[in-house]
Amino acid sequence: MNDPILRYTLVERVMHWIAALTYTYVLLTGLAFYSPHLYWIATILGGAPTSRFWHPWLGVVFALAIAWMLRAWLADMRITPDDRRWGQAIQHYVRNEDENLPPIGRFNLGQKQFFWIMFYAAAVLLITGAVLWFPERIPWSLRALRYAAILLHVAAALITIGLFIIHVYMGTAVVRGGFTSIIRGEVSPAWARTHHRLWYDRVTGR
Amino acid sequence: MSATLRVQKISGHSGPVPGEGAQRQQQVAKLIDTTTCIGCKACEVACLEWNDLPFRETFFDNTYQTMPETAWNYWNLIKFNELPREDGAMQWLMRKDQCMHCADPGCLAACPADNAIVQYQNGIVDFQQEYCIGCQYCVTGCPFNIPRFNPATKKMFKCTLCTDRVSQGLEPACIKACPTGCLHFGTKDDMKDLAQARAQQLRDHSGYANAGVYDPPGVGGTSVIYVLHDITNPEAYGGLPSNPTVPWAVRLWKQPLKWLGNLAMIGGLIGVTMHYLRFGPKHPPAGGPHE
Ligand code: HEM
Ligand code: SF4
Ligand code: SF4
Ligand code: SF4
Repeated sequence: MNDPILRYTLVERVMHWIAALTYTYVLLTGLAFYSPHLYWIATILGGAPTSRFWHPWLGVVFALAIAWMLRAWLADMRITPDDRRWGQAIQHYVRNEDENLPPIGRFNLGQKQFFWIMFYAAAVLLITGAVLWFPERIPWSLRALRYAAILLHVAAALITIGLFIIHVYMGTAVVRGGFTSIIRGEVSPAWARTHHRLWYDRVTGR
Repeated sequence: MSATLRVQKISGHSGPVPGEGAQRQQQVAKLIDTTTCIGCKACEVACLEWNDLPFRETFFDNTYQTMPETAWNYWNLIKFNELPREDGAMQWLMRKDQCMHCADPGCLAACPADNAIVQYQNGIVDFQQEYCIGCQYCVTGCPFNIPRFNPATKKMFKCTLCTDRVSQGLEPACIKACPTGCLHFGTKDDMKDLAQARAQQLRDHSGYANAGVYDPPGVGGTSVIYVLHDITNPEAYGGLPSNPTVPWAVRLWKQPLKWLGNLAMIGGLIGVTMHYLRFGPKHPPAGGPHE
């Protein structure tokens, strides 16, 4: 009855941490080139030419990890009517009044939206990143593509940074137990019941 | 050390620029008179020789052009075009293509690497390969399609305006090699005067009513200026842009987008901190682990 519940399999955890670590590296090296005030980050990470070399490659690994996530979590990430009801009451979630929230499944609406925006942003970052990687392959007559690519790459990166800040904050500081679950894979039944009631009911067979 | 003091602009640099407040230098310029160029390529060879670049494969496509474009180890190319004139005659246009040394260089604006591109107070824009990180942003920033990437060393190259020669009081190698005197080198003011006088001569005595001087204001003027037979059609001269500017996308990226992004990131960090101070963590699950 009080046995811990498996929330993330080992494979899911590995997948998550590949995405998280590659994202963090790509984020830091990207920021180094984004602003002269942050160029020192590249120095710490082994020098700017090294950072420039690895950013696109680890970006590709990140995009692959996201594609893998899509495959693994597609069913869990579908937005349901339960999520919509939860979304209408989201102010209670923000204010930690969780007792006023309707029950939800494995992920809440915020987590699902985070996933979907990350997914589309990763696609944009991958395509525009390819243009930034080989700008000379874009013929001079199509140079508008180079201009579009740099603007979209930065804009998409900034959107993901905003979400990333919230994601890390929620997972470590606000929802206690969340961070352990993505490392060790397990949550207590009480945690599952409080935060993801419908999922709890499903996995415990109620 | 005086050379460092005369730096006017540095790419990817967050502090003051060493040349600020130092005594100003004369602006230098090359003048290229396309109307007297015979396409002999002496300047192409002189550039290779002076800069110790290996001779590379040429590409013959039934024109008088050595290859389609400049390359990382070929910085100076006579662009050739055959223009049908109204009277039915063919006009051969030859234009020496190389870095224009813009007063407002788009390459430098785009470059993220501290010191990889510098502009000296005499107007020369020079790439410092030891600081270049090979990101190729300068390719996106340049309105003249000039910077070229060496994929083996991951460094960028282009015409240096022979800074090494100019700083010693010599004229650039290409200028020295020109047999017709269509290339000139001197202060920007002198070159402008000479160019205007030549354009006037072409208008008054040679029947080129549209002859003029190419010194595009969109990039603040350039340290390489041209005399053209027809200033209304620079594109005919191997794709010389008629109104080059630093791309607006590069401006948007380097100015508003940067500041908005910085504010948003700092705002996001402040936002979550405030949320934590106001609301804190969620209450532990009712009942706790030992229900
Ligand atoms: C998905 C594959 C990706 C590829 C192929 C890619 C490629 C590139 C390339 C080639 C550049 C040019 C300079 C450099 O190499 O650092 C760049 C810049 C950048 N990238 Fe990526 N990237 C990818 C993903 C990402 C992700 C996930 C982020 C998330 C934060 C990101 C953020 C940035 C930033 C902030 C810059 C600097 C923009 C600037 O200079 O203003 N990239 N990227
Ligand atoms: S022509 Fe291009 S490479 Fe040369 S200074 Fe101007 S922007 Fe830079
Ligand atoms: S590739 Fe161009 S923009 Fe990038 S660091 Fe080198 S000189 Fe600067
Ligand atoms: S100024 Fe020097 S580097 Fe530039 S084209 Fe002439 S010879 Fe070559």
